[in-house]
Amino acid sequence: MFAAAAVALLVTLSLALVRAFRGPTVFDRALAANTIGTVAVLLLAVIGFLTGRPDFLDLALVYGLLNVVGTIAVLKFFHVGDLGEPGDEEGVK
Amino acid sequence: MIVLDIASWALILLGAAFCVTGAVGLLRMPDFFTRMHAASVVDTLGAAFILLGLMLQSGFSLVTVKLIAIGVLLFFTSPVATHALARAALARGVEPLLAQGEPSSKT
Repeated sequence: MFAAAAVALLVTLSLALVRAFRGPTVFDRALAANTIGTVAVLLLAVIGFLTGRPDFLDLALVYGLLNVVGTIAVLKFFHVGDLGEPGDEEGVK
Repeated sequence: MIVLDIASWALILLGAAFCVTGAVGLLRMPDFFTRMHAASVVDTLGAAFILLGLMLQSGFSLVTVKLIAIGVLLFFTSPVATHALARAALARGVEPLLAQGEPSSKT
């Protein structure tokens, strides 16, 4: 049953990967990358149960944290144009 | 505990089905904002059902606490990421695909 869930999550991941390759704008690619990150967190949790090693949940937690930080950083870059200067109080419009 | 097993398998399969549905929507929706709408299914329903099913499978232990932590993390960060994505796309001039004057049957 965990294997079925893992296969479904892999299908989800490959469909999101197709969107990341085809996406017309860069935001489509960022959206697909965000979805891939979420699915990878779930896949790590399911694989931890599938192999009987729940230590994988720590990796899933870390991957979720990294995913949101990366997504917000990339989106701030494409929104503002840079990542802000040191001491720049009005970097965000 | 056959009842708990059946319940957790049902939840995991439901979550996997929601994930595949969201990915198909991500691939086939016509417009960036509708694609974002479809992708949020994976973040909310798919993740919640799969994590709930895994929680039922693990019982009361540290594993359940970690699963709850992952669930809370996804619950709070995915709306933030989606909001930032929509705001950045609007600010950079991605136009939503709106309905024109007369309703057309063309897909």
